[in-house]
Amino acid sequence: MNDGRTLSPGQASFNITNDLPTVWRPIYTQTRFIMLNELDRPVERRAFTLWVNGEEAHVLVPVHKTLLEVLREDLRLTGTKHGCELGECGTCTVLVDGQPQLSCLVLPIQVEGRQITTVEGLGTTSRLHPLQEAFAALGAAQCGYCTPGILLASAALLERNPRPSRQEVAEALAGNLCRCTGYVKILEAVELAARRMADG
Amino acid sequence: MAEERRLRVIGKPLPRVDAAAKVTGMATYADDIQLPRMLHCKILRSPYPHARILSVDASAARRISGVKAVITGQDLPERYGIMPVSQDERALEFEKVRYVGDPVAAVAAVDEETAAAALDAIQVRYQQLQPVMTIEEALREPADEPIHEPALTRRPFNVHRLISYEFGDLEAGFARADLVREDLFFYQGSTHLPMEQHSAVATYVDGRLTLWSSTQVVHYVHRALSKVLGLPMERIRVIGAAHGGGFGGKTDPFSHEIVVSKLAMITGRPVKCTLTREEVFYAHRGRHPVLVWMRTGVTREGRITAMHVRTALDGGAYGSYGAATVFYTGMLQTVTYDIPAYKFEGVRVFTNKAPCGPKRGHGTPQGRFAIELHLDKVARDLGMDPIDLKRRNFVKPFTRAVNWLRITSCGLEECTEKVLQASGFRERERRPGRGMGFAVSAYMSGAGTAIYWNDMPHSEVQLKVDRTGVTVYCGAMEIGQGSDSVLAAIVAEELGLEPGDVRLVTADTDTTPIDLGSYSSRVTFMAGNAALEAARKLRRLLVEAVAERMGVHGDLEEIEVGGGRIGDLSFREACEVATARFGALSTNGSYRPPRIGGPFKGSGVGPSPAYSYSACVVAVEADARTGLVRPTRVWIAHDVGRAINPLLVVGQIEGSVYMALGEALMEEQTYRKALHKWPSMLEYKSPTFLDVPEIETFLVETMDPEGPYGAKEAGQGPLLPVVPALVAAVHDALGIWIDEIPVTPEKVLRALDAKARGEPGRYGPRRFPEFDFGPPIRVEPPDPSDLRVGEELVRAFAGER
Repeated sequence: MNDGRTLSPGQASFNITNDLPTVWRPIYTQTRFIMLNELDRPVERRAFTLWVNGEEAHVLVPVHKTLLEVLREDLRLTGTKHGCELGECGTCTVLVDGQPQLSCLVLPIQVEGRQITTVEGLGTTSRLHPLQEAFAALGAAQCGYCTPGILLASAALLERNPRPSRQEVAEALAGNLCRCTGYVKILEAVELAARRMADG
Repeated sequence: MAEERRLRVIGKPLPRVDAAAKVTGMATYADDIQLPRMLHCKILRSPYPHARILSVDASAARRISGVKAVITGQDLPERYGIMPVSQDERALEFEKVRYVGDPVAAVAAVDEETAAAALDAIQVRYQQLQPVMTIEEALREPADEPIHEPALTRRPFNVHRLISYEFGDLEAGFARADLVREDLFFYQGSTHLPMEQHSAVATYVDGRLTLWSSTQVVHYVHRALSKVLGLPMERIRVIGAAHGGGFGGKTDPFSHEIVVSKLAMITGRPVKCTLTREEVFYAHRGRHPVLVWMRTGVTREGRITAMHVRTALDGGAYGSYGAATVFYTGMLQTVTYDIPAYKFEGVRVFTNKAPCGPKRGHGTPQGRFAIELHLDKVARDLGMDPIDLKRRNFVKPFTRAVNWLRITSCGLEECTEKVLQASGFRERERRPGRGMGFAVSAYMSGAGTAIYWNDMPHSEVQLKVDRTGVTVYCGAMEIGQGSDSVLAAIVAEELGLEPGDVRLVTADTDTTPIDLGSYSSRVTFMAGNAALEAARKLRRLLVEAVAERMGVHGDLEEIEVGGGRIGDLSFREACEVATARFGALSTNGSYRPPRIGGPFKGSGVGPSPAYSYSACVVAVEADARTGLVRPTRVWIAHDVGRAINPLLVVGQIEGSVYMALGEALMEEQTYRKALHKWPSMLEYKSPTFLDVPEIETFLVETMDPEGPYGAKEAGQGPLLPVVPALVAAVHDALGIWIDEIPVTPEKVLRALDAKARGEPGRYGPRRFPEFDFGPPIRVEPPDPSDLRVGEELVRAFAGER
């Protein structure tokens, strides 16, 4: 260890990691080596202009901060949830120019000038989107944690395919995990919303 | 309780009361909370499965700019644990670590990155010890040293709990049998995988600590915080944030909850800790891997004469709920089948893996898996249809089982009939590669005894009424199952309102009276009964005041309550009249289960005021070339007593079926060199939208005499029959027994290979470890028709002896 008053966190991390048995490395390498790279050099901050839910938002954030973190921490749009921050569970899904994207894998620099939609932009408690209405009416949200991501993925599906078959809905949502509902009520709710939207 | 009047809310499929918040992203989960000057906490965890801690040096970490506090085990030495008999955990360890992921130190810093860097600067020196990784190893004398000190264990020192009971005369039972069969099963461990990672935020202001957490049990967290922090309970407030899924995984007090509290006390600033997904896999407390051995005697007619069950549970590194889990692996078999003599021996061992605990079904799915498949095989030996054999042994409603469990309402027959008819089970087409399987089960509507022994109610509800309307206060925790909606529905029903008219304050230990929490399927039954009592009291007072105002004398029943009105007055006017008449107005209700345990030590685990019943048929396609099993349809009937809200009940059943299919086919929490094999949501396989078949659900209502409006549980029981029914369906399709879940293609192919070689077409465990369970506690069976409870039962028993 270094004895100075100003310890380089990167250096400390390197030592500790070397001391780990090989079996342990795969676990922490996911998080630690990335962290080490970030801290080895001065954090670069940049001003971004993001269009979120139709509004212009200016943020000054480290360039490595994910869209998920910027939405939740800087813009306080906590309707977007996270389940893994590794792009595996679909919980943090938002729309970028109408397409579902995992916000935990997107950097703000990739989406500057593009239209980002979060659950807050889909509808409000006083004016629900037909999908939100259907999810509420049919019990498609239990704990509700995966719900924002699934709503947005469903909205994107109905935009490109207004009358999807059940198989098409299941395929479109296959990247979103839910542990409460067994998916049944969600499939029913998307179909109900599709019918209502098609009937105008 | 007579329900003559028409119900307006109960029984209606209404949306949940928090539906709008949940579909708009407005519900505030613990990690959504951001407080001014909030610090972020990260926890340093052990890289070794079993090691002594020689030293922890945090001085370098403390010097990092932005680090506000670093704590180690010496700061939180007091032990805790959910069960009073298993006080074996520390928020941060300083003596030894017992699994990869055991917490050792914690940092509060201005942001997560700084906190993570500080963790890297903490130097911990370990002396590695030989890890214990299997049940067999744990049952032998330890190679190095036991995982816990001898005071917490039994010989040979990695045994956590050991139980042995014999109800009735086993020997005579087996002597009477025309056929005796033994089988061995293994139920692999799995984890809850809630979508929300555990998260907690603490503040410490004016000598008072407030913790928001994604917990299922605010009261138990409250107790643990008080014990470990040495703060009196009145100085601690625990609030259940909106909850992103539990399934039993957030039912223990956790290290991070204690750590953020301590760090908030030290720094004077709010502190948040959100576990990473990887940490959630190691926090675990999930399904115990269990080896089950079963031996059953039957007559030629298919009546069970005796049953002997042995279970061995791999508990992981700490006790958690394990002292109860070991009972649950063997106690509830008698609630579906009438077994005249029953012996149950169970052992739970410590191993150097993430601690196991309660997952949906808590210890009962393993035993249920075994008994359903075992009886299928017994029936085949007898040349009898398995369903006929099971039905011949079904318990009758309002009887007492051989292990003294009191059975009240029981819809086992109706459930069976529903799924058999709907699935066309008996007329099914017999084709290789296609099959159907059938199983039944039962589960508790709340445990009959509290986690810590006391005489107080298990649930308390207060209703406050004033000129602005009515508010329900209850400690019950909404975890997505709909507990808030159940409370609102019951109060609305009694007061003639809609659920949306009822305000709710729940799961806040400062403002709400105690409810023990959302575990063991207890909320609808227990908090529901407490709410019903409080609401009926309030209704009487409101009616009385309105009657006086209307000048009605005599029969108050004539005053109609409903549609937002009480008699001639609107509900609001009735509130004003009642407040004018009585002054400040509130009513209370509470629920304590009757004393229903049998007269023997250990009888506290298993009794419940009512059992739910389920029956299930699963249809599969199984490919003999690839070994892939695909469930094509599931029919499930569930005796819920009465569905307070059928929409939510069906949601619970469908969710249970889904979670069961995950366990049956793919989910496993297993280790390689002490590391979790797949601690990520991609590698830990769970069913997606594309994997779940059509689920056809039938609600059977038996109107339990003690449930609120007759209701029983729905959140856990329906998981149980699905797993054995799926394995039975695989047998139906391919003629092989997979006696070990998950049913992976590899196991299917191995069983098929064995069958092709002329060996038994089976994949599963081959032996139960040699172990001496010691002499059993012998218990005389009760009179099956004696349903007395409480003091009456105790006195009757004392008289007999």
